[in-house]
Order: sequence, then C-alpha cells, then structure tokens
Amino acid sequence: MSEFKQTFNSSLGKKLIMALTGLFLCTFLIVHLGGNLLLFKNDQGFAFNSYANFLTHFPPIEVIAYLLYLAIIVHAVYALVLTIKNRRARPVGYAVQPKSDASWSSKNMGLLGSILLLFIVIHMSDFWFTYKYNNVLGFKEYRTDLATNQTSVSDYTPPVADFERSISTENNVEIVRVKDLHARIQTSFSQLWYVIFYVIAMGAVSFHLLHGFQSAFRTLGWVHKKYTPIVYFFGTWLFAVIIPIGFALMPIIYYIKSL
Amino acid sequence: MSGHMNLTLKVWRQKNTQTPGKFVTYKAENISPDMSFLEMLDVVNESLTRKNEEPIYFDHDCREGICGSCSLYINGHPHGPKKAITTCQLHMRTFSDGETITIEPWRSAAFPIVKDLATDRSAFDRIQQAGGYVSINTGGVPDANVIPIPKVIADEAFNSATCIGCGACVAACKNASAMLFTSAKITQLGLLPQGQPERYSRVQAMVAQMDQEGFGNCTNTGACEAECPKEITLNNIAFMNNDFFSAKLFREEHAHDHTGGE
Repeated sequence: MSEFKQTFNSSLGKKLIMALTGLFLCTFLIVHLGGNLLLFKNDQGFAFNSYANFLTHFPPIEVIAYLLYLAIIVHAVYALVLTIKNRRARPVGYAVQPKSDASWSSKNMGLLGSILLLFIVIHMSDFWFTYKYNNVLGFKEYRTDLATNQTSVSDYTPPVADFERSISTENNVEIVRVKDLHARIQTSFSQLWYVIFYVIAMGAVSFHLLHGFQSAFRTLGWVHKKYTPIVYFFGTWLFAVIIPIGFALMPIIYYIKSL
Repeated sequence: MSGHMNLTLKVWRQKNTQTPGKFVTYKAENISPDMSFLEMLDVVNESLTRKNEEPIYFDHDCREGICGSCSLYINGHPHGPKKAITTCQLHMRTFSDGETITIEPWRSAAFPIVKDLATDRSAFDRIQQAGGYVSINTGGVPDANVIPIPKVIADEAFNSATCIGCGACVAACKNASAMLFTSAKITQLGLLPQGQPERYSRVQAMVAQMDQEGFGNCTNTGACEAECPKEITLNNIAFMNNDFFSAKLFREEHAHDHTGGE
C-alpha cells in the first residue's frame, strides 16, 4: 500500500490524478453534447424527455454517473491541494508581474475551474437534482400513432404520487408518459441572466480545455512528434470550439424561441 | 560622454535570510550601452563602495553564459527581457536612457535569499546528487565510438545537457516548479545508453528529492521554456513524466528503490 501512497502523494502522482480525471470529464462532454442535441429537435421535447428518462433508469449509466461526480470532486479537490502547495512554493511574490510568454488560459486554470465548479453546482441543482429528487416536475404524455407516425402531446397528471414513467401500446398507439424536463429547460432558458451565465460558463469551458486537454497529455508523458499535433487539434477545435459553442447554442436558441 | 545612459534601479536589498528585505532605489549613471548588465551593477557597486555603503550582492562567475551562476529577475523576466541569454550576456543597449529597471531575486521557497539578490540554489545540487549521474566502474578506457548512438538521440540528449542549472525556470514558473531543471537532467541521461542501468531508479529518486525541496507543481504553462537561457523545451517534462509513471507502474525491480539505488 505504501508504494501506492508514495506514487500518488508525489507531485507527479497528483498531476496524474488531475490529468486522468480531467480527460474522463472531457469524454463525458462529448456524450453530454451528443445527447443534448435532441433539444434542437422540434418535437415538443419527446426525444429529449425520453432520453432523460433512459439516462435515469438505465443502471450502467447510473454507475458511470457516480464515477463522473467522483471525478468532478477529485479533480476540484486535487486542484485545490496543488494550488495551495504551489502558493507555498513562492511565499514572497514578485513586485513586477511576470511577463513570461505563457498563454492566458494556462495561467488562469484555477479561475476558470472555479467558474466551472460554480456552474456545475447551479446546473446540477437546477436540472439533475430537480429531476431526480425534487417532485416538482410535471409529466407529459406522448401518443404516437404507429400507423402514421404522428405524435400528439398533452400534459399528464399521474394517478399516484410516486409515479415514475410508463410506456404502453394500445390500439396501435404508443403512449409514453415521462417527466417533463424539457419544460423546465424552456422556463430556465427564458431568463436572460440565466442564458448569460450559461454562455459565460461555456466560455470558461473553452479556455479551460484549450489548455487542459493538451496539458493532460503532457502530464501523462504522451508527447510525440507525430501525435501531439493531433492532440492539439482536438484540444483546440473539438474541446475549445465545437463543444462549448454547441452547448452555448442551447440556452441562446431557447431564449430566442421564448421571446 | 556621448551615448552613455543614466538609469534608475529599484533593487531588492535584504541583509540575510531571516531579515525582511525591501526595495532601494539607486542611480546608475554614465553607463555604456555596451556594458553587460553585471558590469553595470559593478559600476553601481564601485560607487556604493566609495560612499562606504554595502555593495549589492549578486551571483556571478563565468560571465559568458555557461556556468549558471548569475540570476536576477529583471523587469518581470528571469535573466532580463531577451531570449536565450543569461543576465551576464544581457547588454545595456537593451534598455533605453532614463529607464527604471526593477531587479529582484529568484522567488522560491526552495531558493532562500542569502543576501540581496543572491539565493541559495543548493536545492538543485541535492536533486542532481539524488540520481543525476551515471555510475561507471573503473577499468580500461573504452574506444570512443564503441557504443553506437543515433545522431537524433545524441542531439536531443545534448540539448537537454545544455541546462546550466541557473534556476530561471523556477523563477519564471507561476508555481515555482523545478520540473524543467529536473526533467532536463533526467532526459539527458535517460536518452543515452550509458544512462539506462539507473534510468528508472534515477527518475524516482530525483522526483522525490525535488518534491522534498518544496518546489511547486508544473501546470504546463510553458513560461519556463520561454525564459530558459538554454531553451530547454517542455518536452523534457513529458519525458520525465513518462519515465516516472513507467517506473512506478511497470518496473517491479525498482519498486522499492526510490532512494537512488542504494
């Protein structure tokens, strides 16, 4: 055991934990964006609500979700520990601020990370907590005529308080009754301050990953003439451009729709 | 004299490690633009000595950029604003007449201030002593080219070996991390055939010593490679990380051998 302790208590061991949790969170972003693209479907939330229902009722996803929450906590705690150690390594600072050539994002990972942590807390309490533990969400009933593939929507009032969901087929009509998270999103994203906060947070994601993604590979020691440019390419275009813009478009489009 | 400069210096003065220091302003007058930064300080010190004042303490030795003795954090840059040179190679023509120059010591808990601008960098010596060597048994002298080394490897090892251990990387790093220095030493030896027998014990021992000295943790900002007078690259740190993790994960023969191979 002490061999493990020694490895993970070393400077490089702590950095390894930062890198691995960070990369795990990066892969999550891809899945999260992919699923949430359903919000752009013009079907009164049928696909999105079904997806949300699937995520919360499929055991393997539950397991990965808890790993994810753990990764967020570990990443934040280790960042804090390392930052405190780094501060101690320079108890007396410089009078002239360092002018060394280093990117803005690389020098402000702590600030960007703090914005993201605040965002995650608000984001999760607003959607995840509300969905799973707070009995305030309404239900929607989606009736799809399997012959014509036409779907009609109506509000649904469950007969019992602890109703979760139901999927049934009657007379060639599929009836899906699920929690209406989509409505919650519509309400949240109709508030301008909320939309602005989300867009700022996505800006923080962009700059955090612009440095973080490639930095994680450096920490792992994976630097190679051939492959490092590919890492930089994905870190820049996928994680710092496409993913943050994709997420930021959701509140923006829902806000515009709500006007 | 025509073309000579007058400058204002804000210099960190500190009596010893324990006493708190402060900035003191000095005039550097009649400075030739062709003087090196250290020669300019020599001129200031001569005038201070004549006035019976304590001269400014700063480290220096070879004055040709190869010994790693000189330091000085000048206007926000270790070794001053120019790239790939040490303070002794910095010429006063880099500055303009009438300019105010702020001179600070390296700031790191692991480099305590001895006096004024001179810091105790023996932490680097201890990291080096922990494993930054190749053990060779005495015997007949082998032929020079008996061990083949590919040119690219030799070049890379030599690039890492140009590190003079001045500590500019620590001074520039926002985390006061010594990983550029430590990794340059590890890479230099780790790339060459002669360094292989101790490769995985070396990396563990040197990293352990580096941690013990109280340096910060690298966040890959790249400030170190931007300020390094020998242009040691950030890739050295990745090489160190790679060797460290493979030592910890896969090298069972070195598993309990983090103290340097004894």
